[in-house]
Amino acid sequence: MAGAAIEFEGVSKWFGNHQVLTDIDLAIVPGEVVVVCGPSGSGKSTLIRCVNGLEPFQRGDLVVLGDSLASAGVRMPALRTRVGMVFQSFNLFPHMTVLENITLAPVRVRGLSATEAEKTARTLLERVRIPDKAGNYPANLSGGQQQRVAIARALAMQPKIMLFDEPTSALDPEMINEVLDVMTDLAKEGMTMMVVTHEMGFARRVAHRVVFMDAGRVVEEAKPEAFFAAPKSDRAKDFLSKILSH
Amino acid sequence: MLDLGVIVANFKFLVVQGLFGLGGFAGGTLRLAIPAIVLGFVLGIFIGLARLARSRFVSLPATLYVEFFRGVPLVMVIFWIWFIIPQLLRLPIPEYGVALTAFVIFEAAYFGEIIRAGIQSVPRGQVEAATAVGLTSAQTMRFVVLPQAIRNMVPALVTQMIVLFKDTSLASIIGYVDLTKAAQIVNNREIKPFELYLFIAVVYFVFTYSMSLFARRFERRLAS
Ligand SMILES: Nc1ncnc2c1ncn2[C@@H]1O[C@H](COP(=O)(O)OP(=O)(O)OP(=O)(O)O)[C@@H](O)[C@H]1O
Ligand SMILES: [Mg+2]
Repeated sequence: MAGAAIEFEGVSKWFGNHQVLTDIDLAIVPGEVVVVCGPSGSGKSTLIRCVNGLEPFQRGDLVVLGDSLASAGVRMPALRTRVGMVFQSFNLFPHMTVLENITLAPVRVRGLSATEAEKTARTLLERVRIPDKAGNYPANLSGGQQQRVAIARALAMQPKIMLFDEPTSALDPEMINEVLDVMTDLAKEGMTMMVVTHEMGFARRVAHRVVFMDAGRVVEEAKPEAFFAAPKSDRAKDFLSKILSH
Repeated sequence: MLDLGVIVANFKFLVVQGLFGLGGFAGGTLRLAIPAIVLGFVLGIFIGLARLARSRFVSLPATLYVEFFRGVPLVMVIFWIWFIIPQLLRLPIPEYGVALTAFVIFEAAYFGEIIRAGIQSVPRGQVEAATAVGLTSAQTMRFVVLPQAIRNMVPALVTQMIVLFKDTSLASIIGYVDLTKAAQIVNNREIKPFELYLFIAVVYFVFTYSMSLFARRFERRLAS
Protein backbone atom coordinates (compact mmCIF):
# COMPACT_ATOMS: atom_id res chain seq x y z
CA MET A 1 0.00 0.00 0.00
CA ALA A 2 1.46 3.35 -1.00
CA GLY A 3 1.92 5.80 1.82
CA ALA A 4 1.64 3.24 4.63
CA ALA A 5 3.54 4.06 7.80
CA ILE A 6 4.02 0.39 8.58
CA GLU A 7 3.62 -2.39 6.08
CA PHE A 8 4.08 -6.10 6.79
CA GLU A 9 4.49 -8.06 3.56
CA GLY A 10 4.36 -11.79 4.16
CA VAL A 11 6.42 -11.59 7.36
CA SER A 12 7.29 -14.91 8.98
CA LYS A 13 9.37 -15.45 12.06
CA TRP A 14 10.72 -18.46 13.88
CA PHE A 15 12.28 -18.92 17.30
CA GLY A 16 14.46 -21.90 16.45
CA ASN A 17 12.08 -24.40 14.87
CA HIS A 18 9.04 -22.81 16.41
CA GLN A 19 7.18 -20.55 13.98
CA VAL A 20 5.67 -17.60 15.85
CA LEU A 21 4.59 -15.38 12.95
CA THR A 22 3.14 -16.79 9.75
CA ASP A 23 2.75 -14.73 6.58
CA ILE A 24 1.68 -11.52 8.21
CA ASP A 25 0.23 -8.98 5.79
CA LEU A 26 -0.82 -5.78 7.44
CA ALA A 27 -0.61 -2.13 6.48
CA ILE A 28 -1.07 0.78 8.84
CA VAL A 29 -1.51 4.27 7.44
CA PRO A 30 -0.19 7.46 9.08
CA GLY A 31 -2.46 8.64 11.87
CA GLU A 32 -4.09 5.26 12.26
CA VAL A 33 -4.56 3.62 15.66
CA VAL A 34 -4.52 -0.16 15.49
CA VAL A 35 -5.26 -2.35 18.49
CA VAL A 36 -3.75 -5.82 18.38
CA CYS A 37 -5.39 -8.47 20.55
CA GLY A 38 -5.43 -12.22 20.83
CA PRO A 39 -4.73 -15.02 23.28
CA SER A 40 -1.48 -15.32 25.19
CA GLY A 41 1.33 -16.64 23.04
CA SER A 42 -0.39 -15.69 19.79
CA GLY A 43 2.55 -13.50 18.74
CA LYS A 44 1.30 -9.98 19.51
CA SER A 45 4.46 -8.83 21.25
CA THR A 46 6.64 -10.43 18.62
CA LEU A 47 4.65 -8.67 15.92
CA ILE A 48 5.11 -5.17 17.26
CA ARG A 49 8.70 -5.82 18.32
CA CYS A 50 9.49 -6.52 14.68
CA VAL A 51 8.47 -2.97 13.79
CA ASN A 52 11.42 -1.38 15.61
CA GLY A 53 13.74 -4.28 15.00
CA LEU A 54 13.85 -5.62 18.55
CA GLU A 55 13.01 -8.96 16.93
CA PRO A 56 14.46 -9.93 13.57
CA PHE A 57 12.26 -11.89 11.17
CA GLN A 58 13.31 -14.50 8.64
CA ARG A 59 10.93 -14.15 5.73
CA GLY A 60 8.99 -11.40 3.99
CA ASP A 61 9.52 -7.69 4.34
CA LEU A 62 8.49 -4.99 6.73
CA VAL A 63 8.55 -1.40 5.51
CA VAL A 64 8.59 1.19 8.28
CA LEU A 65 8.38 4.86 7.31
CA GLY A 66 9.74 4.01 3.89
CA ASP A 67 12.65 1.88 5.11
CA SER A 68 12.66 -1.82 4.30
CA LEU A 69 13.85 -3.73 7.36
CA ALA A 70 14.64 -6.84 5.32
CA SER A 71 17.21 -5.02 3.23
CA ALA A 72 20.75 -4.94 4.49
CA GLY A 73 22.17 -1.56 5.35
CA VAL A 74 19.16 -0.04 7.05
CA ARG A 75 20.51 1.83 10.06
CA MET A 76 18.42 0.52 12.93
CA PRO A 77 19.36 3.11 15.58
CA ALA A 78 18.32 5.89 13.20
CA LEU A 79 15.05 4.16 12.38
CA ARG A 80 14.35 3.54 16.06
CA THR A 81 14.47 7.26 16.82
CA ARG A 82 11.39 7.56 14.59
CA VAL A 83 9.53 4.71 16.29
CA GLY A 84 8.78 5.01 20.00
CA MET A 85 8.03 2.01 22.18
CA VAL A 86 6.32 1.57 25.53
CA PHE A 87 6.68 -1.71 27.41
CA GLN A 88 4.44 -3.58 29.81
CA SER A 89 7.04 -3.34 32.57
CA PHE A 90 7.88 0.36 31.94
CA ASN A 91 11.64 -0.33 31.79
CA LEU A 92 12.59 3.09 33.08
CA PHE A 93 16.29 3.47 33.86
CA PRO A 94 16.34 3.16 37.67
CA HIS A 95 19.66 4.99 38.15
CA MET A 96 18.39 8.14 36.45
CA THR A 97 15.86 10.73 37.46
CA VAL A 98 12.68 11.17 35.46
CA LEU A 99 14.26 14.11 33.66
CA GLU A 100 17.43 12.14 32.87
CA ASN A 101 15.37 9.23 31.60
CA ILE A 102 13.66 11.53 29.14
CA THR A 103 16.68 13.54 28.03
CA LEU A 104 19.17 10.67 27.63
CA ALA A 105 18.36 9.83 24.02
CA PRO A 106 17.70 13.39 22.78
CA VAL A 107 21.11 14.42 24.13
CA ARG A 108 23.11 11.30 23.20
CA VAL A 109 21.41 10.38 19.94
CA ARG A 110 19.99 13.64 18.63
CA GLY A 111 22.83 15.74 19.97
CA LEU A 112 20.55 18.30 21.62
CA SER A 113 22.04 20.49 24.32
CA ALA A 114 21.07 19.59 27.87
CA THR A 115 19.04 22.79 28.19
CA GLU A 116 17.06 22.21 25.02
CA ALA A 117 16.41 18.58 25.91
CA GLU A 118 15.31 19.56 29.40
CA LYS A 119 12.88 22.14 28.05
CA THR A 120 11.27 19.55 25.78
CA ALA A 121 11.22 17.04 28.62
CA ARG A 122 9.36 19.44 30.90
CA THR A 123 6.79 20.14 28.19
CA LEU A 124 6.30 16.40 27.76
CA LEU A 125 5.87 15.91 31.50
CA GLU A 126 3.10 18.51 31.38
CA ARG A 127 1.54 16.56 28.57
CA VAL A 128 1.56 13.31 30.51
CA ARG A 129 0.31 15.25 33.55
CA ILE A 130 3.18 14.79 35.98
CA PRO A 131 5.08 18.10 35.69
CA ASP A 132 6.17 17.95 39.34
CA LYS A 133 8.02 14.61 39.18
CA ALA A 134 11.00 15.68 37.06
CA GLY A 135 13.55 15.20 39.84
CA ASN A 136 12.21 11.90 41.17
CA TYR A 137 13.72 8.49 40.67
CA PRO A 138 11.46 5.87 39.09
CA ALA A 139 11.38 3.84 42.30
CA ASN A 140 9.52 6.71 43.97
CA LEU A 141 6.73 6.82 41.41
CA SER A 142 3.53 4.79 41.16
CA GLY A 143 3.17 2.36 38.28
CA GLY A 144 0.85 4.70 36.43
CA GLN A 145 3.31 7.57 36.82
CA GLN A 146 6.21 5.39 35.68
CA GLN A 147 4.35 4.35 32.58
CA ARG A 148 3.54 7.96 31.76
CA VAL A 149 7.23 8.83 32.11
CA ALA A 150 7.99 5.95 29.75
CA ILE A 151 5.57 7.47 27.25
CA ALA A 152 7.24 10.88 27.65
CA ARG A 153 10.65 9.25 27.18
CA ALA A 154 9.52 7.72 23.90
CA LEU A 155 7.89 10.96 22.73
CA ALA A 156 11.05 12.94 23.43
CA MET A 157 12.56 11.56 20.23
CA GLN A 158 9.59 12.98 18.31
CA PRO A 159 8.67 9.63 16.79
CA LYS A 160 6.26 9.25 13.88
CA ILE A 161 5.00 5.92 15.22
CA MET A 162 4.32 4.73 18.76
CA LEU A 163 4.25 1.06 19.72
CA PHE A 164 2.60 -0.03 22.96
CA ASP A 165 2.98 -3.58 24.29
CA GLU A 166 0.32 -4.10 26.95
CA PRO A 167 1.05 -0.73 28.55
CA THR A 168 -1.55 -1.16 31.30
CA SER A 169 -1.28 -4.87 32.10
CA ALA A 170 1.15 -4.35 34.96
CA LEU A 171 -0.89 -1.57 36.54
CA ASP A 172 -3.31 -1.56 39.44
CA PRO A 173 -6.84 -0.98 38.15
CA GLU A 174 -7.09 2.54 39.51
CA MET A 175 -4.04 3.62 37.48
CA ILE A 176 -5.07 2.18 34.16
CA ASN A 177 -7.13 5.15 33.11
CA GLU A 178 -4.47 7.76 33.69
CA VAL A 179 -2.29 5.93 31.18
CA LEU A 180 -5.12 5.28 28.72
CA ASP A 181 -6.06 8.97 28.87
CA VAL A 182 -2.56 9.99 27.81
CA MET A 183 -2.70 7.46 24.98
CA THR A 184 -6.10 8.77 23.93
CA ASP A 185 -4.72 12.31 23.75
CA LEU A 186 -1.88 11.06 21.63
CA ALA A 187 -4.26 9.30 19.25
CA LYS A 188 -6.36 12.46 18.93
CA GLU A 189 -3.24 14.41 18.00
CA GLY A 190 -2.84 12.09 15.03
CA MET A 191 -0.05 9.77 16.19
CA THR A 192 0.27 6.50 14.30
CA MET A 193 -0.14 3.85 16.98
CA MET A 194 0.08 0.09 17.27
CA VAL A 195 -1.27 -0.97 20.63
CA VAL A 196 -1.29 -4.48 22.05
CA THR A 197 -3.93 -4.35 24.74
CA HIS A 198 -6.84 -6.18 26.27
CA GLU A 199 -8.51 -2.91 27.22
CA MET A 200 -11.52 -3.35 25.00
CA GLY A 201 -13.05 -0.05 26.11
CA PHE A 202 -9.98 1.74 24.79
CA ALA A 203 -10.16 -0.24 21.56
CA ARG A 204 -13.81 0.67 21.09
CA ARG A 205 -13.31 4.37 21.77
CA VAL A 206 -9.94 5.07 20.21
CA ALA A 207 -8.90 2.43 17.71
CA HIS A 208 -9.58 2.76 14.02
CA ARG A 209 -9.03 -0.92 13.52
CA VAL A 210 -8.73 -4.06 15.63
CA VAL A 211 -6.40 -6.85 14.57
CA PHE A 212 -7.05 -10.23 16.13
CA MET A 213 -4.17 -12.71 16.19
CA ASP A 214 -4.09 -16.37 16.96
CA ALA A 215 -1.21 -18.85 16.68
CA GLY A 216 1.03 -16.41 14.82
CA ARG A 217 -1.50 -15.37 12.21
CA VAL A 218 -3.70 -12.35 11.73
CA VAL A 219 -7.06 -14.08 11.88
CA GLU A 220 -9.32 -11.09 11.64
CA GLU A 221 -9.10 -7.34 11.16
CA ALA A 222 -12.07 -5.05 11.35
CA LYS A 223 -13.36 -1.74 12.60
CA PRO A 224 -13.90 -1.96 16.36
CA GLU A 225 -17.71 -1.69 16.14
CA ALA A 226 -17.86 -4.56 13.68
CA PHE A 227 -15.31 -6.65 15.55
CA PHE A 228 -17.03 -6.37 18.92
CA ALA A 229 -20.57 -6.65 17.57
CA ALA A 230 -19.97 -9.62 15.31
CA PRO A 231 -16.56 -11.26 15.26
CA LYS A 232 -16.34 -13.50 12.21
CA SER A 233 -14.03 -16.24 13.41
CA ASP A 234 -14.86 -18.71 16.13
CA ARG A 235 -11.53 -18.09 17.76
CA ALA A 236 -12.25 -14.37 18.06
CA LYS A 237 -15.71 -15.12 19.47
CA ASP A 238 -14.19 -17.46 21.99
CA PHE A 239 -11.50 -14.91 22.91
CA LEU A 240 -13.97 -12.06 23.31
CA SER A 241 -16.30 -14.08 25.47
CA LYS A 242 -13.40 -14.83 27.81
CA ILE A 243 -12.13 -11.25 27.88
CA LEU A 244 -15.48 -9.56 28.29
CA SER A 245 -16.83 -11.97 30.87
CA HIS A 246 -14.64 -10.47 33.59
CA MET B 1 55.03 -10.66 77.70
CA LEU B 2 54.85 -8.91 74.37
CA ASP B 3 58.18 -7.41 73.40
CA LEU B 4 57.19 -4.64 71.06
CA GLY B 5 60.82 -3.53 70.87
CA VAL B 6 61.34 -5.97 68.02
CA ILE B 7 58.67 -4.17 66.01
CA VAL B 8 60.11 -0.75 66.77
CA ALA B 9 63.64 -1.83 65.94
CA ASN B 10 62.60 -3.37 62.63
CA PHE B 11 59.76 -0.99 61.84
CA LYS B 12 61.51 0.56 58.89
CA PHE B 13 62.30 -2.79 57.30
CA LEU B 14 58.85 -4.22 57.93
CA VAL B 15 56.85 -1.22 56.81
CA VAL B 16 58.98 0.69 54.34
CA GLN B 17 60.38 -2.42 52.70
CA GLY B 18 57.79 -5.09 53.41
CA LEU B 19 54.60 -3.08 53.13
CA PHE B 20 55.46 -0.29 50.69
CA GLY B 21 58.33 -1.90 48.81
CA LEU B 22 60.76 1.02 49.05
CA GLY B 23 64.10 -0.51 49.81
CA GLY B 24 66.97 -2.61 48.58
CA PHE B 25 64.89 -5.80 48.10
CA ALA B 26 62.51 -6.34 45.26
CA GLY B 27 59.33 -6.38 47.21
CA GLY B 28 56.50 -4.68 48.97
CA THR B 29 52.93 -5.82 49.53
CA LEU B 30 51.34 -2.60 48.27
CA ARG B 31 53.74 -2.26 45.36
CA LEU B 32 52.46 -5.63 44.20
CA ALA B 33 48.83 -5.48 45.30
CA ILE B 34 47.87 -2.10 43.84
CA PRO B 35 49.01 -2.68 40.24
CA ALA B 36 47.77 -6.27 40.45
CA ILE B 37 44.29 -5.05 41.43
CA VAL B 38 44.21 -2.34 38.78
CA LEU B 39 45.60 -4.45 35.93
CA GLY B 40 43.66 -7.57 36.95
CA PHE B 41 40.47 -5.53 36.98
CA VAL B 42 41.16 -4.02 33.55
CA LEU B 43 41.97 -7.43 32.05
CA GLY B 44 38.89 -8.76 33.85
CA ILE B 45 36.67 -6.20 32.11
CA PHE B 46 37.83 -7.51 28.74
CA ILE B 47 37.37 -11.12 29.80
CA GLY B 48 33.92 -10.45 31.26
CA LEU B 49 32.78 -8.64 28.10
CA ALA B 50 34.32 -11.34 25.91
CA ARG B 51 32.37 -14.03 27.77
CA LEU B 52 29.18 -12.18 26.88
CA ALA B 53 30.10 -11.69 23.24
CA ARG B 54 27.69 -13.14 20.70
CA SER B 55 30.51 -14.67 18.66
CA ARG B 56 31.69 -18.05 19.96
CA PHE B 57 35.18 -17.27 18.69
CA VAL B 58 35.34 -14.58 21.34
CA SER B 59 33.26 -16.08 24.13
CA LEU B 60 34.70 -19.60 24.07
CA PRO B 61 38.36 -18.65 24.70
CA ALA B 62 37.22 -16.32 27.47
CA THR B 63 35.16 -19.09 29.06
CA LEU B 64 38.08 -21.52 28.85
CA TYR B 65 40.36 -18.91 30.39
CA VAL B 66 38.04 -18.37 33.32
CA GLU B 67 37.36 -22.05 33.93
CA PHE B 68 41.04 -22.91 33.69
CA PHE B 69 42.41 -20.30 36.07
CA ARG B 70 39.62 -20.82 38.54
CA GLY B 71 40.47 -24.50 38.50
CA VAL B 72 44.17 -24.31 39.39
CA PRO B 73 45.87 -23.09 42.57
CA LEU B 74 47.42 -19.64 42.52
CA VAL B 75 50.71 -21.01 43.86
CA MET B 76 50.96 -23.22 40.81
CA VAL B 77 50.49 -20.27 38.46
CA ILE B 78 53.24 -18.43 40.31
CA PHE B 79 55.55 -21.44 39.96
CA TRP B 80 54.85 -21.80 36.26
CA ILE B 81 55.71 -18.25 35.53
CA TRP B 82 58.72 -18.47 37.81
CA PHE B 83 60.18 -21.64 36.25
CA ILE B 84 58.69 -22.06 32.81
CA ILE B 85 58.40 -18.65 31.18
CA PRO B 86 62.09 -17.71 31.68
CA GLN B 87 63.04 -21.02 30.05
CA LEU B 88 60.74 -20.49 27.10
CA LEU B 89 61.84 -16.91 26.61
CA ARG B 90 65.45 -17.58 27.61
CA LEU B 91 65.16 -14.48 29.72
CA PRO B 92 65.40 -14.11 33.46
CA ILE B 93 62.30 -12.47 34.94
CA PRO B 94 62.65 -10.70 38.30
CA GLU B 95 60.46 -11.79 41.23
CA TYR B 96 58.36 -8.67 40.94
CA GLY B 97 57.56 -9.32 37.27
CA VAL B 98 56.74 -12.96 37.98
CA ALA B 99 54.48 -12.16 40.91
CA LEU B 100 52.66 -9.32 39.17
CA THR B 101 52.08 -11.37 36.01
CA ALA B 102 50.80 -14.33 37.99
CA PHE B 103 48.38 -12.23 40.04
CA VAL B 104 47.05 -10.28 37.07
CA ILE B 105 46.46 -13.41 34.99
CA PHE B 106 44.92 -15.33 37.86
CA GLU B 107 42.75 -12.61 39.34
CA ALA B 108 41.47 -11.45 35.95
CA ALA B 109 39.55 -14.72 35.76
CA TYR B 110 37.72 -13.87 38.99
CA PHE B 111 37.19 -10.21 38.14
CA GLY B 112 35.92 -11.29 34.72
CA GLU B 113 33.31 -13.51 36.32
CA ILE B 114 32.16 -10.74 38.65
CA ILE B 115 31.86 -8.34 35.74
CA ARG B 116 29.99 -10.86 33.62
CA ALA B 117 27.55 -11.61 36.42
CA GLY B 118 27.10 -7.88 37.11
CA ILE B 119 26.26 -7.14 33.51
CA GLN B 120 23.89 -10.08 33.33
CA SER B 121 22.14 -8.90 36.47
CA VAL B 122 20.79 -5.92 34.53
CA PRO B 123 17.35 -6.92 33.23
CA ARG B 124 16.96 -7.41 29.48
CA GLY B 125 14.16 -4.83 29.46
CA GLN B 126 16.76 -2.15 30.21
CA VAL B 127 18.70 -2.98 27.07
CA GLU B 128 15.50 -3.12 25.06
CA ALA B 129 14.31 0.25 26.32
CA ALA B 130 17.67 1.85 25.53
CA THR B 131 17.75 0.22 22.11
CA ALA B 132 14.19 1.33 21.43
CA VAL B 133 15.01 5.02 21.95
CA GLY B 134 17.80 4.75 19.40
CA LEU B 135 20.93 4.28 21.50
CA THR B 136 23.66 2.21 19.84
CA SER B 137 24.84 -0.89 21.64
CA ALA B 138 27.95 0.92 22.86
CA GLN B 139 25.85 3.79 24.24
CA THR B 140 23.45 1.31 25.82
CA MET B 141 26.37 -0.35 27.55
CA ARG B 142 27.87 2.93 28.72
CA PHE B 143 24.83 4.86 29.88
CA VAL B 144 22.36 2.17 30.87
CA VAL B 145 23.94 -1.22 31.54
CA LEU B 146 27.32 -0.46 33.13
CA PRO B 147 26.12 2.11 35.70
CA GLN B 148 23.62 -0.43 37.00
CA ALA B 149 25.98 -3.37 36.65
CA ILE B 150 28.77 -1.64 38.59
CA ARG B 151 26.41 -0.90 41.44
CA ASN B 152 25.56 -4.60 41.62
CA MET B 153 29.21 -5.60 41.35
CA VAL B 154 30.71 -3.44 44.10
CA PRO B 155 30.34 -5.89 47.01
CA ALA B 156 31.79 -8.83 45.05
CA LEU B 157 34.57 -6.70 43.56
CA VAL B 158 35.68 -5.45 46.95
CA THR B 159 35.64 -8.95 48.40
CA GLN B 160 37.83 -10.10 45.52
CA MET B 161 40.20 -7.16 46.00
CA ILE B 162 40.54 -8.05 49.67
CA VAL B 163 41.28 -11.66 48.78
CA LEU B 164 43.88 -10.53 46.26
CA PHE B 165 45.46 -8.17 48.76
CA LYS B 166 45.93 -10.99 51.26
CA ASP B 167 47.01 -13.47 48.61
CA THR B 168 50.00 -11.33 47.72
CA SER B 169 51.66 -13.00 50.71
CA LEU B 170 51.99 -16.07 48.48
CA ALA B 171 54.59 -14.20 46.44
CA SER B 172 57.04 -14.79 49.28
CA ILE B 173 57.50 -18.38 48.08
CA ILE B 174 59.61 -17.15 45.18
CA GLY B 175 61.62 -14.89 47.45
CA TYR B 176 59.59 -11.74 46.91
CA VAL B 177 59.95 -9.65 50.05
CA ASP B 178 56.43 -8.58 50.93
CA LEU B 179 55.14 -7.91 54.41
CA THR B 180 54.91 -11.62 55.28
CA LYS B 181 58.38 -12.39 53.98
CA ALA B 182 59.82 -9.35 55.77
CA ALA B 183 58.37 -10.60 59.03
CA GLN B 184 59.81 -14.03 58.35
CA ILE B 185 63.27 -12.57 57.68
CA VAL B 186 63.20 -10.60 60.92
CA ASN B 187 61.88 -13.59 62.83
CA ASN B 188 64.69 -15.81 61.59
CA ARG B 189 67.08 -13.40 63.20
CA GLU B 190 65.19 -12.36 66.33
CA ILE B 191 62.90 -15.33 67.01
CA LYS B 192 59.91 -13.25 68.08
CA PRO B 193 57.16 -14.93 66.07
CA PHE B 194 54.31 -13.93 68.32
CA GLU B 195 55.01 -10.19 68.14
CA LEU B 196 55.97 -10.16 64.48
CA TYR B 197 53.08 -12.18 63.15
CA LEU B 198 50.62 -10.36 65.36
CA PHE B 199 51.95 -7.08 64.01
CA ILE B 200 51.55 -8.03 60.37
CA ALA B 201 48.10 -9.46 61.07
CA VAL B 202 47.11 -6.04 62.40
CA VAL B 203 48.55 -4.35 59.31
CA TYR B 204 46.67 -6.67 56.94
CA PHE B 205 43.51 -6.20 58.93
CA VAL B 206 43.73 -2.40 58.92
CA PHE B 207 44.02 -2.39 55.16
CA THR B 208 41.30 -4.91 54.41
CA TYR B 209 38.93 -3.40 56.94
CA SER B 210 39.36 0.06 55.46
CA MET B 211 38.65 -1.43 52.07
CA SER B 212 35.34 -2.82 53.25
CA LEU B 213 34.44 0.41 55.05
CA PHE B 214 35.17 2.35 51.90
CA ALA B 215 33.09 -0.09 49.88
CA ARG B 216 30.17 0.20 52.25
CA ARG B 217 30.25 3.98 52.02
CA PHE B 218 30.58 3.82 48.23
CA GLU B 219 27.59 1.49 48.02
CA ARG B 220 25.52 3.78 50.17
CA ARG B 221 26.44 6.72 47.94
CA LEU B 222 25.45 4.77 44.84
CA ALA B 223 22.18 3.71 46.41
CA SER B 224 21.01 7.26 47.17
N1 LIG C 1 12.74 -15.11 23.06
C1 LIG C 1 11.94 -16.15 22.73
N2 LIG C 1 12.47 -17.35 22.49
C2 LIG C 1 11.69 -18.40 22.14
N3 LIG C 1 10.35 -18.35 22.01
C3 LIG C 1 9.77 -17.16 22.24
C4 LIG C 1 10.52 -16.00 22.63
N4 LIG C 1 9.67 -14.96 22.79
C5 LIG C 1 8.44 -15.45 22.54
N5 LIG C 1 8.49 -16.76 22.21
C6 LIG C 1 7.35 -17.61 21.83
O1 LIG C 1 6.71 -16.98 20.73
C7 LIG C 1 5.31 -17.09 20.83
C8 LIG C 1 4.69 -15.71 20.74
O2 LIG C 1 5.08 -14.96 21.86
P1 LIG C 1 4.61 -13.48 22.12
O3 LIG C 1 5.32 -13.00 23.32
O4 LIG C 1 4.76 -12.70 20.88
O5 LIG C 1 3.08 -13.70 22.42
P2 LIG C 1 2.03 -12.65 22.96
O6 LIG C 1 0.86 -12.75 22.05
O7 LIG C 1 2.64 -11.33 23.14
O8 LIG C 1 1.63 -13.30 24.35
P3 LIG C 1 1.25 -12.57 25.75
O9 LIG C 1 -0.19 -12.17 25.64
O10 LIG C 1 1.45 -13.67 26.73
O11 LIG C 1 2.18 -11.42 25.92
C9 LIG C 1 5.02 -17.82 22.13
O12 LIG C 1 4.80 -19.16 21.83
C10 LIG C 1 6.29 -17.67 22.91
O13 LIG C 1 6.47 -18.77 23.75
MG1 LIG D 1 3.10 -10.13 24.81
